Amino acid sequence: MEYLSLFVKSIFVDNMIFAYFLGMCSYLAVSKNVKTANGLGIAVIGVLLITLPINYLLNKYVLAPNALIEGVDLSFLSFIIFIAVIAAIVQLVEMIVEKFLPSLYSSLGIFLPLIAVNCAILGGSLFMQQKEFANVGESAVYALGSGIGWYLAIVCLAAIREKLSYSNVPAPLKGIGITFITVGLMGMAFMIFMGISL
Amino acid sequence: MKETFLTPLMKGNPITVLILGICSSLAVTVELKGALVMALSVTIVTGLSSLVCSLIRNTIPNRVRIIIQLVVVSLMVILVDQFLKAFEATYPIDKALSVYIGLIITNCIVMGRIEAYALGNKPIPSLIDGLASGMGYGAILIIVAFVRELLGSGTLFGLRVIPEAFYNAGYVNNGLVILPPFALILLGCIIWVHRSIDKDLQEK
Repeated sequence: MEYLSLFVKSIFVDNMIFAYFLGMCSYLAVSKNVKTANGLGIAVIGVLLITLPINYLLNKYVLAPNALIEGVDLSFLSFIIFIAVIAAIVQLVEMIVEKFLPSLYSSLGIFLPLIAVNCAILGGSLFMQQKEFANVGESAVYALGSGIGWYLAIVCLAAIREKLSYSNVPAPLKGIGITFITVGLMGMAFMIFMGISL
Repeated sequence: MKETFLTPLMKGNPITVLILGICSSLAVTVELKGALVMALSVTIVTGLSSLVCSLIRNTIPNRVRIIIQLVVVSLMVILVDQFLKAFEATYPIDKALSVYIGLIITNCIVMGRIEAYALGNKPIPSLIDGLASGMGYGAILIIVAFVRELLGSGTLFGLRVIPEAFYNAGYVNNGLVILPPFALILLGCIIWVHRSIDKDLQEK
């Protein structure tokens, strides 16, 4: 039951976009149409699902105080280790997608390598470190939940923006300005999930 | 030189014009104190990483440059983080803020300035460009935090500025301002104002 609660919480209550603003740059840049948003969302879920358990194990058995050698605290290295793992995994995912799914590869283009600098991925690892999960399973469930939360958010915004392009917005607000306000209103809608626990 | 410094502050502002680095910025703007720490940290990190990357720009192989930039940036962030930790006893900062300090690594401003400017220019202009970009980012952060702290808690830097008499007369702090979505709406309004003044920036 705890897994289910963590899963639902990480999708809706602790939503990466609406509660923590993580991965905002690619969220705003790639949400112009639903198709590419869909591809990027799935790629983010995949990368989160691979990197978070790896970073969890690294954090638990290498970086935490007294984990590797008695009396040695390597936690100050966690930023550099986490980002290195993420960059390596993204490179690997890129190679696999290029080999087996060339059509998805060409539709994602530059945004696939840019997942490495997507704050949602590094943020996931850093929040995982802060939340102190009990085992790998919990970190994987958290990764899946936050990934799905991010995916939902980007597909919703892309759908709204497709319709928004037909509406008559004041000139200075056109484009990115109205998008920010839309995201804010969507965030307010997501707040109804606050305080839910299963 | 002067132009290098002024462009990132107004016409090329990282947040309102280039839409970079929104990720880690908005969650720290509930209070002015956190926003100020974040603004200073980002300014230092962008300035120093641009300087270092510009110094080694002729020796970096093009294919692995992203990884090298990430290593340089994360070293700078680790320095800032350790510096803040050293003063934690006297100047305590939020636990949540420390996560966002780590997220400066993936802040698009840092990588964006290195890619767009530092790799093609001399060290000193790169340093100035990095510092100015950080300041342009910090300025928006401080404006947002000022409004949010004033309307949301009635304080500035933790000191009460709205007098007690107002509360007795029925004034209430606005709870919405504290919540995350308001930061986005406020940023949308800042972009609105900025683009009404500077018509060249409007999108058609």
